[in-house]
Amino acid sequence: MSTIYILWLRQLKRYFRSKSRIVGSLGQPLLFLLAFGFGFGQVYQKAGGGNYITFLAPGIVAMGIIFTALFSGIEIIWDRQFGFLKETLAAPVSRLKIMLGRTLGGATVASFQGLLVLLLAMAAGFRPQNIAFLPLALVFMLLISLLFTALGTAIASLLSDMQGFQLIMNFLIMPLVFLSGAFSPLDGLPKALTAITVVNPLSYGVDGLCHTLIGVSHFGLLTDFMVLSVVTVAILIVGSYLFSKIQI
Amino acid sequence: MFMENEKINNNIIEVQGLTKKFSDFVAVDNISFSVDEGEIFAFLGPNGAGKTTTIKILTTILQPTSGKIFINGSDPRTEQNDVRRAFGIVFQDPSLDDELTALENMEFHGVLYKVPKEMRQKRIEELLKYVELWDRRNELVKKFSGGMKRRLEVARGLIHHPKILFLDEPTLGLDPQTRNHIWNYIKGLNQTEKMTVFLTTHYMEEADKIAQRIAVIDHGKIVAMGTSAQLKEKTKTNSLEEAFLALTGNIMREEEANSTDRLRMMRRMRH
Ligand SMILES: Nc1ncnc2c1ncn2[C@@H]1O[C@H](COP(=O)(O)OP(=O)(O)O)[C@@H](O)[C@H]1O
Ligand SMILES: [Mg+2]
Repeated sequence: MSTIYILWLRQLKRYFRSKSRIVGSLGQPLLFLLAFGFGFGQVYQKAGGGNYITFLAPGIVAMGIIFTALFSGIEIIWDRQFGFLKETLAAPVSRLKIMLGRTLGGATVASFQGLLVLLLAMAAGFRPQNIAFLPLALVFMLLISLLFTALGTAIASLLSDMQGFQLIMNFLIMPLVFLSGAFSPLDGLPKALTAITVVNPLSYGVDGLCHTLIGVSHFGLLTDFMVLSVVTVAILIVGSYLFSKIQI
Repeated sequence: MFMENEKINNNIIEVQGLTKKFSDFVAVDNISFSVDEGEIFAFLGPNGAGKTTTIKILTTILQPTSGKIFINGSDPRTEQNDVRRAFGIVFQDPSLDDELTALENMEFHGVLYKVPKEMRQKRIEELLKYVELWDRRNELVKKFSGGMKRRLEVARGLIHHPKILFLDEPTLGLDPQTRNHIWNYIKGLNQTEKMTVFLTTHYMEEADKIAQRIAVIDHGKIVAMGTSAQLKEKTKTNSLEEAFLALTGNIMREEEANSTDRLRMMRRMRH
């Protein structure tokens, strides 16, 4: 327990000491909010589509989260390059615990980031459909954070340079986001795309957020919850295996 | 056969025929040696000799190409957790978290190595005072000079008292006075706790003064092993420096070493 806690604490300290990271990772979601919310939104509303920002908010929150979560994997690469990784590698603690500590730390940060995006969206006029569901929305934010932090960390365990990691992330993030129902409904897609959205774990995260924030669901909350949890555990196990194979 | 051997001697480190290749390059070339429990044992050799590579393999963070290794009776390849519980290490390369304070780095280590809270706090304070960083304990490590970072790394490695302490050029870049001071502390631990110490250095006088036995290593091979007196006797020389010259046909090749180091950096960047 104390091992996981000290690793978690380290991530948090590093995050809150780096103001540029907090602000920097808010940029992208903010841009989407502004572009969609005030740009297309006007057009959409005039065409009789209702309040566009309502439909966008869950997707933008999810996007904000997976950016931060996946990119937190880069900390392993930093640690490797600045040398700190040796300190944890040589320590008599199980690799699973190291993975859990890192993932919980990164996920806490990503959830916090998601919460900031949600507040930004609310400042831009978004209103959750039912306040009582907010705690559940937070649970889903945490689940998305956990899954993608674990994924980012697992991928980073395989790499030793930042450029490679950044490249993979850029190739990964956009398809994950755009084929998750974050910005367009999942119903009525061509068959091939539907298949992709079904295997994209982010779809279930977005769906969970949609359900809890705006009362619209495609898969159902229980399915969302189960899929996210099972996939997270699987990635954690694979991730600790990959981590245990790291050599310096 | 081997089992019998193991019972007769009390070698806490046992290495037989260890080889490590990086693609075609042989960094460690079929070395064998053993270290007794409670002994202070040194690897003496120029940069690029294979000292760090050996230590990384013994401490589970690098896989050997071939050879047999036992650390406190366990194999670092397959029984990593048992091995990790037996040693502490001060790495040659930087290993601090620059974004944390000195105290936070110490705490992190103490918790990771499961040192009980009271003992942890006591030792951290004692060690930080010993290396004269107590007054700066709440400063971020990135503000520290190279020497301060090195002192902190050594102090951190001493928070938990392992059976075996690996020290990879622990005093590199420190002034002679600080070096003495730190060695006194380590010798104390060796005596009071029977801690086995495995150190590498390329300071002759350090190996001479501190180690009970010295292995001279060059180009990945152990060229001689024994007490300082034995090495001198064997080479019919009067100082360890001359003995080293006689054994390796060379004085410490600083310039050459620096260029291998650069190569290594470049290799690292590419991977
Ligand atoms: N990861 C690596 N890849 C390729 N070559 C390496 C690597 N690590 C070390 N070497 C090479 O192995 C040799 C031994 O290095 P090292 O063990 O660090 O020597 P020492 O610690 O005695 O100075 C050097 O020539 C070095 O360049
Ligand atoms: Mg070295």
